[in-house]
Amino acid sequence: MEYVIEMLNIRKEFGNFVANDNITLQVRKGEIHALLGENGAGKSTLMNVLFGLYQPEQGEIRVNGKPVKISNPNIANDLGIGMVHQHFMLVEKFTVTENIILGREITSGGRINLKKAEQAVREISERYGLAVDPQAKISDISVGMQQRVEILKTLYRGAEILIFDEPTAVLTPQEIEELMQILKTLIQEGKSIILITHKLREIMEVADRCTVIRKGKGIGTVNVSETNPNELASLMVGREVVFKTEKRKADPKQPVLEVKDLVVKDSRGVTAVNGLNLTIRSGEIVGIAGVDGNGQSEFIEAITGLRKATSGSIKVNGKELTGLTPRKITESGVGHIPQDRHKHGLVLNYPIGENMVLQTYYKKPFSKNGILNFKEIYSKAKKLIAEYDVRTPSEYTLARALSGGNQQKAIIGREVDRDPDLLIAAQPTRGLDVGAIEFIHKRLIEQRDRGKAVLLVSFELDEIMNVSDRIAVIYEGKIVAIVDPKETNEQELGLLMAGSSRKEAGEETHV
Amino acid sequence: MSKRLKNILTPIIALLLGIIVGTIIMIVTGYNPLDAYAALWEGALGNPYYLGETIRQITPYILAGLAVAFAFRVGLFNIGVEGQFLVGWLASVWVGLAFHLPKFIHLPLAIISAMVAGALWAFIPGLLKARFRVHEVIVTIMMNYIALYVCNYVIQNVLTNGKERTGNVPDSASLASPWLQSLTQNSRLHWGIVIAIICCFIMWFLLEKTTRGFELRAVGFNQDAAHYAGMSVNKNIILSMVISGIFAGLAGAMEGLGTFGYIAMKSSFTGVGFNGIAVALLGGNTALGVFFAACLFGALEVGALNMPLAAGVPNELVDIIIALIVFFVAASYIIRVFLERISKKEAK
Ligand SMILES: Nc1ncnc2c1ncn2[C@@H]1O[C@H](COP(=O)(O)OP(=O)(O)O)[C@@H](O)[C@H]1O
Ligand SMILES: [Mg+2]
Repeated sequence: MEYVIEMLNIRKEFGNFVANDNITLQVRKGEIHALLGENGAGKSTLMNVLFGLYQPEQGEIRVNGKPVKISNPNIANDLGIGMVHQHFMLVEKFTVTENIILGREITSGGRINLKKAEQAVREISERYGLAVDPQAKISDISVGMQQRVEILKTLYRGAEILIFDEPTAVLTPQEIEELMQILKTLIQEGKSIILITHKLREIMEVADRCTVIRKGKGIGTVNVSETNPNELASLMVGREVVFKTEKRKADPKQPVLEVKDLVVKDSRGVTAVNGLNLTIRSGEIVGIAGVDGNGQSEFIEAITGLRKATSGSIKVNGKELTGLTPRKITESGVGHIPQDRHKHGLVLNYPIGENMVLQTYYKKPFSKNGILNFKEIYSKAKKLIAEYDVRTPSEYTLARALSGGNQQKAIIGREVDRDPDLLIAAQPTRGLDVGAIEFIHKRLIEQRDRGKAVLLVSFELDEIMNVSDRIAVIYEGKIVAIVDPKETNEQELGLLMAGSSRKEAGEETHV
Repeated sequence: MSKRLKNILTPIIALLLGIIVGTIIMIVTGYNPLDAYAALWEGALGNPYYLGETIRQITPYILAGLAVAFAFRVGLFNIGVEGQFLVGWLASVWVGLAFHLPKFIHLPLAIISAMVAGALWAFIPGLLKARFRVHEVIVTIMMNYIALYVCNYVIQNVLTNGKERTGNVPDSASLASPWLQSLTQNSRLHWGIVIAIICCFIMWFLLEKTTRGFELRAVGFNQDAAHYAGMSVNKNIILSMVISGIFAGLAGAMEGLGTFGYIAMKSSFTGVGFNGIAVALLGGNTALGVFFAACLFGALEVGALNMPLAAGVPNELVDIIIALIVFFVAASYIIRVFLERISKKEAK
C-alpha cells in the first residue's frame, strides 16, 4: 500500500518535557486518517512538526516515499501539505478571494488581477461543493464559512494532503454535518486527509483508519470499520470509559440557592433575565437547558457578582447576595467554573501554580502580613495538579502553555477544592475529550453526593440529561419548565427550549 | 536560547545598533567617531567629577523609569510622569523653604510632600480611568501642561515676588552632601541615589512578593480574570497610578532638594518624565532593568557634554544617537525575531 505521508519515530521535546515520544503515523493515499488523543496528548505538536512549524529532535518524514526535511511551512506548502488551523488566520476586512490569494496573488502588469482570482476561487469552491461566495467579506460570514475559506486557501495553494486540527470544535451541529460532507467530497477528488479530533462519533462516521496517541506515545493504528467507540475511547485514555455516568439517586435536602423574580440586563441594556425563579437544594444537580442567548450567561454573572441585578433576590444559604462584590460572594460559599476559561478563569501569563490560588491568595497560609508565601502556594498547587491530573511540565509553567483540557481541569480543581456550598459549572466540558468529560462529570456528581448544590449550564443536551437530577429549561430569561431527566427526551426538551409550553411539548412527543 | 537571555540581549543589541548607526552618521558628517566615543566615555566616567555628575543624573532617571514601569505593569500608560515630577519638585522646594525645622524632620517632610504631590497628580487620571474609563494617556498629557503652568505661577506669585526662581532650600531640607561632593571633585552628587536604589528594591518587592503585587499584576494581565477572582480592578488601577506618581514625585524631590536646591520657571518640559518612558521600555519594565537603563541614559546624557569640548562633535549628534538607541529598543520586536531565528538554527 502506498503512503502519502509517513512520520516515522518522531520525537519532539519542549525543554525536558517530551510532547511526542517515538510516534509513527502513516497516511494512505485517498484516506481520511483520524488522529485521536486526549487534550495534551501531543496531536497538535505532531501536526506542527509535519507542517514545518516545529523541528523534531528525532525521526524521519517521508512524502510519497521520499525522505524530506520540512524546516518551515513554505516547504510544507510546496510538498502539497495544507493545514486548517483551529484558530483561523484570516484578515477580517478582506474578502474571501483576497484572503485566499494573500501571498500568492495573480498579477498582470504589477496589479492584482482580482477577476481572474475570483474565477479561480469560484471554480475550486464549486468543484469541492464548498459554496463560498468569493466576494463576501470575512467579517460578514459565519464561522463555518470562514473555515471553508481556510480549506479553500489550502486547496488554492495546491494541497494534496489536508490537515484539520479539531475542525468541529467551533461549529454548530448543522455545520459539522456539512463539514463531514465536504471531507467526503475531498476524498472523492483524490485528496488525503488527516483529521484531528476527540469526538468519537465523527471518527466512526467519516474516517478510514485511526491512529491513537496517549501522553505523547503512539498507541497504534486501527481500521475504523473493525472497531467501535468504546474501544477507541479506552485506547485513548488507557482504561475503560463509561459514557453513561453512574450515579446514585439524588437525596436533596435544604435549599442552598434561592432565586426570586430576578431581572438582569445584558451589556447593551436589554433585559436578558426576566423574572427568573429557581431553587436548588443541597445534594442535587440542576441543569439549565436552553438555546444560547436566553439569559444563561447573565443569570450566572448575576449570581457570581460579575453583573449587577436590576431587581429580584438571590440567596445562598439564606444570605442575600445581590449587591455584594465577587469577593464577598466567593467567601459566602459560591464556586464558579466560568464559561470562558481564558477570559475569566485564568491569568494566562501567571504560572499555573499561582492560578490555583486566584481567589485565595490573600488568605493564610498563602499570604501572611501582606507577603505571599510562594512555598505554600506551590505546594498547594502541586497537590491539586496531582489530584486533578492536570498534565503540565511543572507547576511553574505558564497557564498559557497548557492545553485547553488541562486548563479546565486546573480550574475545576481550584473551584472544587474551595469546597463551595454552591458550585456553578458553565459549559464545563466544552472542547474536551471523553476522558476529561467523564472525569469532570464524576467530580460534579461527587460534589452533589457530599451534599453540595450544583448548577450546571450546558448547550449539550447529552450532558444535561446525563448529569442533572432536575432540568430547568430557560427561555427568554425565564425558567419555563422543570422536568425530570428520566421522564423526558431530547425532543421534548428541544421543544421546550424553543418556547412551546409544557403541555404542547408533552402532547407532541408523547403520542 | 532562554527567554531570560533574550530579554538581556535585546537592549544590548539595541544599544550596539544605535552606536553603529551613530558611527556611520559621524563618518558621513565628517567627525571622527573614535574620538567622539572616547570623549563620551571620558565625559561620563573619566574622572571622579564626571562620575559624580553621571550618578546624579542617573538618580531622577531611575525614579522616573520606575514610575512609568510600575503603571505599565498594571496595564496603564502613565505619560504624566513629567507633570508628577514637576509638582513633586515644586512641593519639595516649597516645604523646604516654608519651615524651619531640625533636619531629621525637615528633610523627610520635604521628601514626603513631593511624594504626596506626585501621588495626587497621578490620582486624578487614575480616578477618571477607574470611574469613567477616560483614557489615562489623554488625561496625563493634559495634566503635564497644567503642572508646568501651575509651577510657573506658584514660583512667580507665591514663592517669590515676581522672580524667576526661588531661593535655595536651607541645609535642613537638603539632600546635598559635602562629603560626596568632596569625593567627586565638587560634583553635584547627593544622597538621592540611595533613595533611588531603595525604590528599585521596593518596586521589585511590592510587585513580586506581596499580596497586593499579585493583584496589581493580575489586573495588568487580565482585568476580567482579576474581577472574577474577587480583586477590585478599579482600586488597583487607582493604586497603581498613585504609586507611580509617588516615584515620579520623588524624582522631582531629587532635583529640588539635591541637584539644584531650588526651582526655576520653565519655558518647556524638562524631559525627565519622557526619558522615563524610554528608560522603562529599555529596562523591560522591571526594577533591575530600569536601574541599568537609567545608568545608560544618565551616562550618555552627562558624557555627551564632553563631546563638543573634547571631540568637536555637536551636542545634537549625541541626542540623535540617544534617539537611535530608543528607536532600536522600540523596534526590539525585530531584534527578538532575529534572536529567535538564531536560536532555532542552534536547535538544529
Ligand atoms: N510550545 C510549547 N512549549 C512547551 N510545551 C508545549 C508547547 N506546545 C505544547 N506543549 C505541551 O505539549 C503537550 C502536547 O500539546 P498539544 O500537542 O497541543 O496537545 P493536543 O494533543 O491537545 O493537541 C501539552 O502538555 C502542552 O502543554
Ligand atoms: Mg491541539
